[in-house]
Amino acid sequence: MELLDAVLLARIQFAFTIAFHIIFPGLSIGLAAYLAVLEGLWLKTGKSVYLAAFKYWLKIFSIIFGMGVVSGVVMSYQIGTNWSVFSDKTGPVLGPLMGYEVLSAFFLEAGFLGVMLFGMNKVGKGLHFFATVMVSIGTLMSAFWILSVNSWMQTPTGYAINEVGQFIVADWFEVIFNPSFPYRLAHMTTAAFLSTAFLVGGVGAWHLFKARKKGERNEVARLMFSMAMWMAALVAPLQLLIGDLHGLNTLVHQPAKVAAMEGNYHTQKGAPLYLFGLPNSETETVDYAIKIPKAASFILTHDPDGELVGLDQFPKDEWPNVPIVFWSFRLMLAIGMGMIAIGFWSLYLRARKKLYDSPMLLRVAIVFAPSGIIATLAGWFVTEVGRQPYTVYGLLKTADSASPLDAPAVATSLLAFMLVYFIVFGAGVWYTMRLMGKRPSQVIEVDDDSQTTVFLSNRVASKSDGTADGKKGRVTND
Amino acid sequence: MIDSMTIASSGIDYAMIWAGLIAFAVLAYIILDGFDLGIGILFPFIKSKTDQETAMNSVAPIWDGNETWLVLGGGGLFAVFPLAYAVIMPALYMPIIVMLLGLIFRGVAFEFHWRTKNSQDWWDRGFFLGSLVATLCQGIALGALVQGITVADRAYAGGWWDWLTPFSITTGIALAVGYVLLGATWLNMKTTGELQKQSVQFAKIAAWLTLLFIGIISLWMVFIEQQYLHRWFDAPNLYYLIIVPLAVLFCGFQLLNGLRKGRENSPFFYAIGLFVLSYIGILISFYPNLVPPSITIWQAAAPDDSLKFLLVGAAALLPIIIGYTAYAYWVFRGKVKADEAYH
Repeated sequence: MELLDAVLLARIQFAFTIAFHIIFPGLSIGLAAYLAVLEGLWLKTGKSVYLAAFKYWLKIFSIIFGMGVVSGVVMSYQIGTNWSVFSDKTGPVLGPLMGYEVLSAFFLEAGFLGVMLFGMNKVGKGLHFFATVMVSIGTLMSAFWILSVNSWMQTPTGYAINEVGQFIVADWFEVIFNPSFPYRLAHMTTAAFLSTAFLVGGVGAWHLFKARKKGERNEVARLMFSMAMWMAALVAPLQLLIGDLHGLNTLVHQPAKVAAMEGNYHTQKGAPLYLFGLPNSETETVDYAIKIPKAASFILTHDPDGELVGLDQFPKDEWPNVPIVFWSFRLMLAIGMGMIAIGFWSLYLRARKKLYDSPMLLRVAIVFAPSGIIATLAGWFVTEVGRQPYTVYGLLKTADSASPLDAPAVATSLLAFMLVYFIVFGAGVWYTMRLMGKRPSQVIEVDDDSQTTVFLSNRVASKSDGTADGKKGRVTND
Repeated sequence: MIDSMTIASSGIDYAMIWAGLIAFAVLAYIILDGFDLGIGILFPFIKSKTDQETAMNSVAPIWDGNETWLVLGGGGLFAVFPLAYAVIMPALYMPIIVMLLGLIFRGVAFEFHWRTKNSQDWWDRGFFLGSLVATLCQGIALGALVQGITVADRAYAGGWWDWLTPFSITTGIALAVGYVLLGATWLNMKTTGELQKQSVQFAKIAAWLTLLFIGIISLWMVFIEQQYLHRWFDAPNLYYLIIVPLAVLFCGFQLLNGLRKGRENSPFFYAIGLFVLSYIGILISFYPNLVPPSITIWQAAAPDDSLKFLLVGAAALLPIIIGYTAYAYWVFRGKVKADEAYH
């Protein structure tokens, strides 16, 4: 057997391209909603601080969204190029769901994105807000359909199999609302919102930290930080609850995945929770373990002596890669706990009216800026690696899903993807970080009508170096 | 005795309706992203930097929507003709992957161009090369499909370089020339001054070359596959189908005439006319195959349940999509001014 066979290469290529991709739509979902909220608050209150925050994140959003589009087109073709047997067999079930994603989400986002990014001086305020809301709805619709597809691969229901071996649909409702879908949809969209919140909060904290050193006050940075900390305090605990429900659902439908998450090789009553350890699938033990006795049983069965199914109940060739699932799960959980702690910390400081004055919290928030993205990726590794060795859980093996491609062809494309992604998205992330390093503009409060003028003129002026409109002086950009 | 149930259930040919819808999506993509990509190919030949940026801005608000038709083409194929998707994608592995990589460089350039001074030239080169490479790959993929794909047991059964032939290279170059024509006539319509003058020059050259390539490929095609020859030249088909080449000549004449007389809008639409007619020509040649020479529309189709389920959504959503897409074009109507970007 070859060292790297074509199927393994195709898996690496898919994992690599989707891991890059998932970051961008994840942030797009959160940022589009955040932008809609900011623009809505601006229209409602007329306070220019919302407008300034909107403008600030709009530029960042446009880069992130663009990267999501180009990496997403790759996904829609790669299923066919590298997983043609999977495509032929699942097309009648999953294809229409993706078709709905394109029709109800992609076109909506793309159709209104132009107006959102470039149309402020072409359409009225209300219409522009409408465009922003449509883009936001588009990102959520996209999440709905693609997570339904993903969930069906994990917990397939509502299907039959026809004479040529294709999955066909017996019940559309059961296909779309398959057992793991509601949990996965809630968990992933919440993850998208939290990832965005911590990114926004980290950027706000960075600028608060810098303003603090100079003895200044930055209203826009305060707004970002405050809104993000509300999200941390309210949504991070909620995410723990959703994640717990999702885990219980997984225990019912994919017990082998949960066993891998817990490092539980042997079916046992009163299974321990490993805080640390190196799962060893050869010896079927968790080495160097630090554990809390009976805690895993308690969490998953709500009974300290409850019985948990171990990997020994499954043929060894149907085990997922235990160390990857085990460690990704712990990483995600640790970050989640950290987010909750930050949320409560911020509530405590907010109650004492010192939210913006704790250098320690600002530092931690800066460190946590990318935490949501990392947690999302880790969680995605848990669920997708945990699905192996199947593409359609229990029904279609990954090894039987791949295209009839030679290893050299896939190796070449994999190298090309790696090279291009690191260059292009590396640069994109760099430009995004540079934008986030720019101080949010301080806005002088002016009456409602002229704010619009400021907004419009500034959009033009920032490109043509301030020559376009004399009213630019109302806003001080630095 | 006639079984009324059979008639009722086979009364509507869903596979045929979907073949029409997918054909429409692909044509929409070719035309809409065609002028975007054509502008990308023309980009380095536009003289001044300001004009280059104006050309880029003329499509910046709409390129994303245009590219979405490509996703509908691919996603739609997966949904309603999964067998065709499963055969075509591995068969055209290399050109598809390279096209995707090209589209990445093209797509990010719209943003990255404005985000850096030091490496702006690199992203501009990426915009040009990405557009050119993506276009060539699309043309090559089309040529390879026309030549036919070897299929055995519901899977691609050919070699890894089957797609690379003199014919597919010719279709690749032809598509690049055609996209340049679309891009140049778009710029003629959307810009003023020096850029517009230059665009007319590009358009004139591209128009002649496009007509030349349409002629070459049309004649070449009928020698590739017996079916194509019979489809076009057997009586009585010839008498009906002769209208297609005649319409091509009419559009070509109007296009060149319009450019000569300094018309701003009509050349773009006659250029689209050439694309629509060439596309219809290919559809006529392919029918009833979806993947020449062996997989028909009905063989490739998913079960009727899947086709119906998505058709409900398409029937409801496509008119809305076309509506707000038209609105987006309407918002950005008229001539593009140099300082109109948000950057």
